[in-house]
Amino acid sequence: MTDQDKKGFVPGLLKGMGTTARAMTRHAHTQEYPDVSPQLPPRSRGVIALEESNCTSCMLCARECPDWCIYIDSHKETVPPTTEGGRERKENVLDRFAIDFSLCMYCGICIEVCPFDALFWSPEFEYAETDIRDLLHEKDRLGQWMATVPAPPALDQGAPVDQPEPTESAPSEPQPAQAPDEDPAP
Amino acid sequence: MSTFGEVVLRSLCVLIAFLVLPLLVGQTEHKLMAHMQGRLGPMYAGGFHGWAQLVADGVKFTQKEDIVPLAADKPVFRLAPALGIVSYLLALAVIPFGPHLVAAGITGSLLWVLAVGAIGTVGTLMAGWSSGNKYALIGGLRSAAQLVSYEVPLILAAASFAMAAGSFSLVSIAHAWTPWWLLWQLPGAIVFLVAGTAELQRPPFDMPVADSELVMGPWTEYTGLRFALFLLAEYAGIVVVSLVLAVLYLGGWTGPFDHQIGPFWVLLKGFFFAVIILWMRMSWPRLREDQLQRVAWLGLVPLALLQIVLTAAGVVLTT
Repeated sequence: MTDQDKKGFVPGLLKGMGTTARAMTRHAHTQEYPDVSPQLPPRSRGVIALEESNCTSCMLCARECPDWCIYIDSHKETVPPTTEGGRERKENVLDRFAIDFSLCMYCGICIEVCPFDALFWSPEFEYAETDIRDLLHEKDRLGQWMATVPAPPALDQGAPVDQPEPTESAPSEPQPAQAPDEDPAP
Repeated sequence: MSTFGEVVLRSLCVLIAFLVLPLLVGQTEHKLMAHMQGRLGPMYAGGFHGWAQLVADGVKFTQKEDIVPLAADKPVFRLAPALGIVSYLLALAVIPFGPHLVAAGITGSLLWVLAVGAIGTVGTLMAGWSSGNKYALIGGLRSAAQLVSYEVPLILAAASFAMAAGSFSLVSIAHAWTPWWLLWQLPGAIVFLVAGTAELQRPPFDMPVADSELVMGPWTEYTGLRFALFLLAEYAGIVVVSLVLAVLYLGGWTGPFDHQIGPFWVLLKGFFFAVIILWMRMSWPRLREDQLQRVAWLGLVPLALLQIVLTAAGVVLTT
């Protein structure tokens, strides 16, 4: 033990007691989670919501998913021509859209890759189940999460304002300020 | 018959105090430590701020399997926790809560406390030796070394109080107490507090149970209720050391309105020392084995001897 240590021995002890005493007078950092719901940032990754009417069954999300937890079934239907003498059109109809949250690793690639704004992050996280099979959310359950999707963050000052797109098909969806040049995977 | 009834009543009171006060100290430790570390501590058990946490812990301990290792010295292993408990129970019986409010009024009560308090440490040694486990054995050896070193300053400090009062009886010592003792006996009180904490193997003197190197020291192989008894003995030890120090150094029941609320003063002063013992645990890191011995032999023993000289001079000059 050097002289310097000896000099600081008792003051050091008192300083330690002072530190703990000061900590006691401050508020605890504990989050009382089940009693008090946490203040999550708006873009927290809680659960993935599906806006079904935007989905074209293009399968990009299912193909890009790193752990293949998205299941999509669809079939084609023929839509009669809207005008006289027009041509019949083929349309994809979504039969099944399911995300298995027991496999999902919350990377968000499906949301990034979706070119039609059908998938969104919702900060809701309280959907634990006692049976792992119940973590497979089918499209009606994924659609219910849409109500909890927060509004997109406001644009920065001076950002170029796009012309509002005519979106009759989407009733009340948020308009994410997305990067349009997102390359949907090679 | 009435004498017998009185004995039963007094024993019952001691037993209740023995079961309630350590839990109070333990709950205080839970909450104090939590808030000193920026946490909340137990919040659920019992509803209001987790007041029943230690009761819940006790229920949990009773449900656990009682395992005796194959290599253990079984009778000694089974007996060891009882020794610690009994020693502090016996010590608690002679602590006065008022001039006449003492469960067992014996004349040499200070000697009695020191004597039976030392039995509890034998329980730790027995646990360490009988477990058939190298960690327990090393822990037991460490605690033996620590107890031998700290017993000396503890007894010297206690001797100083006895000299100052001219009596070995805790009641007489509390009667002889004057406010001057706060200054006169201060070194002795510090020595008693530090040595008492070390005797209990509480942090920062918890080298024998250093969990990062010895798992749990002598308690490594214990489970369930026997383990809980060791924990209860530790907290009962805090209660005994705090109350004895309150009687020796702060005059026990002496205080405003002490005819009406004398026992309250003893409990309050004891609680004060208990909080200091807990506070030391939360603030300071564990001492290394050599530092532990250095504190005892180069720090506390000279200080205690100095206190004895000071006390002797005071007694000679004032009488």
